[in-house]
Amino acid sequence: MKRTLNFALKGLLIVGLAAAIAGCGGKKKDAEGILQIKGSDTMLQLTTAWAEAYMTANPKVQIAVTGGGSGTGIAAMINGTTDIANASRKIKDEEVGDAKTNGVNPAEHVVAKDGISVVVNPANPVAELTMEQIKLIYIGEITNWKDVGGADHAITLCGRDNSSGTYAYFQKHVLLKEDYAASALNLQSNSAIVEEVASNEYAIGYIGLGYLVEAGGKIAAVAVDGVKPSDKSVASGSYKIARGLQMYTNGEPEGLAKAFLEFIMSEEGQKIVRDEGFVAMQ
Amino acid sequence: MKTLRLKRPQWQDKAIRLLLTGAASTSILIVLLIFVFLFKEAAPFAIDPGIGELFKGGWNPTSMKKEMFGIWPLLTSSLLITALATVISVPVGVLSSVYISEIAKPAEREFFKPFIELLAGIPSVVIGFFGIMVLGPLVKQVFGLDSGLNALTGALLLALMAAPTIISISEDAIRSVPRSYKEASLATGASKLQTIWRVTVPSALSGIIAAVMLGMGRVIGETMAVLMVTGNAFKLTLNPLNPVRTMTATIAAEMGEVARGGIHYRALFWIGIILLLFTFGLNMVAQRALKKFGAR
Repeated sequence: MKRTLNFALKGLLIVGLAAAIAGCGGKKKDAEGILQIKGSDTMLQLTTAWAEAYMTANPKVQIAVTGGGSGTGIAAMINGTTDIANASRKIKDEEVGDAKTNGVNPAEHVVAKDGISVVVNPANPVAELTMEQIKLIYIGEITNWKDVGGADHAITLCGRDNSSGTYAYFQKHVLLKEDYAASALNLQSNSAIVEEVASNEYAIGYIGLGYLVEAGGKIAAVAVDGVKPSDKSVASGSYKIARGLQMYTNGEPEGLAKAFLEFIMSEEGQKIVRDEGFVAMQ
Repeated sequence: MKTLRLKRPQWQDKAIRLLLTGAASTSILIVLLIFVFLFKEAAPFAIDPGIGELFKGGWNPTSMKKEMFGIWPLLTSSLLITALATVISVPVGVLSSVYISEIAKPAEREFFKPFIELLAGIPSVVIGFFGIMVLGPLVKQVFGLDSGLNALTGALLLALMAAPTIISISEDAIRSVPRSYKEASLATGASKLQTIWRVTVPSALSGIIAAVMLGMGRVIGETMAVLMVTGNAFKLTLNPLNPVRTMTATIAAEMGEVARGGIHYRALFWIGIILLLFTFGLNMVAQRALKKFGAR
């Protein structure tokens, strides 16, 4: 019942839109309308910055950006309650399946890249770790800094909470799907990790590249397999712990969503990416 | 005319009685509805993968190898923090209430009471900030630890939050001890302190126990402050200087991203049920204690 009603409403909307477009008679117009964006908390600030810039250039457009997490955003796109879903991880197979059964066809747009830096206290002499060492530290097989060239002292493991996209990415690509050690601290945000690592000489943590830049000298990033995290090393692919930031739409975007995505990929849009501490696509 | 006058108030009486009964039952209804709702969301977990999963191994709901929903580490963490906070807040709370109600001069009482009430009104997220910025570093320094995020920091914060409840309710109980008891004690030649410890406090014990139970209820249910300062490690521990993850923090941190209707989602509801049973049990014990001591 609800669905038929929904369908009927959509039908009406399409008819109305067609009439409106026909009425315009091909005259070129400024973009207008309302766009809903929902999802990843990592991308919240970045998307808000894009939305603000776009709305300043196109005053008739309203863009509403909300967080809630990648999973929340994708679920909202599948339910049709948002136009664009932000996700700091790739869409999962079961989510694609769920979308298909709801008649939704998710289209992926990689809009920026994010490097994840592994950070230690500036007083820690360890300046370089291999991917293997980082994995062994986080799964709890290396528990003392002396095993990786540091002081003879226990390691304080800091990670994100298991609702975080960064947690999941790190588990999949660095821990290679092994379990995190049970002794790891689960902290609520990137800044909570920065605080802990800055005040704990023996802590190790992982944070988004943007937060590393923001933290200044309070914490130090280790080189991973000999490569320091930076815009350049992430963009070139030589820094290994990096991920794409995605936007998902139902089918190929049209109208306002298309215009907004084009703006994001433009030079101006990608400049905002750099300003917000992420890595641009070019 | 006369009969009408008599009848109208009767009708009003009934209406008001009905209204009040309705208002009083609302809370019962809501508690029942919460129970029903919790069980409804949690129930499918009992069939797949089965209740036994809750008591097997550790908590690792997002493992990419084998998901684990063992609540022991969460349960022991909550109990550890509650026990520690109680041990800290009860002596402080009861002694303060004795001082304020029996020893302090009226002017001193007027000075202390607003501060205690203010403490009760501070939002827990603000107390959490205080924990991260002040208490955590202090605990770290005093005990020579690497990190200030541990069970003890959490328990200290919670003791701070439970103290106002304990103080104000104990104070009421102590003040309601009949004057004649104290006068009789003083008349037999007992000193003021002897009277306080042997007569006044024992007479007020039922109220003091109720105060402690209510304080514990606040501690076990508190979420935001513990989430911020306990470090949230899933390792099973009884060491107050280790990081712990309580049941409340688990629900708060994980509910936001969990797939609705999944096993993880159901497991979180089981934690909710266990938490509710705990507070329920705590209240029952408080009621029993009240009856037992009240009869004396």
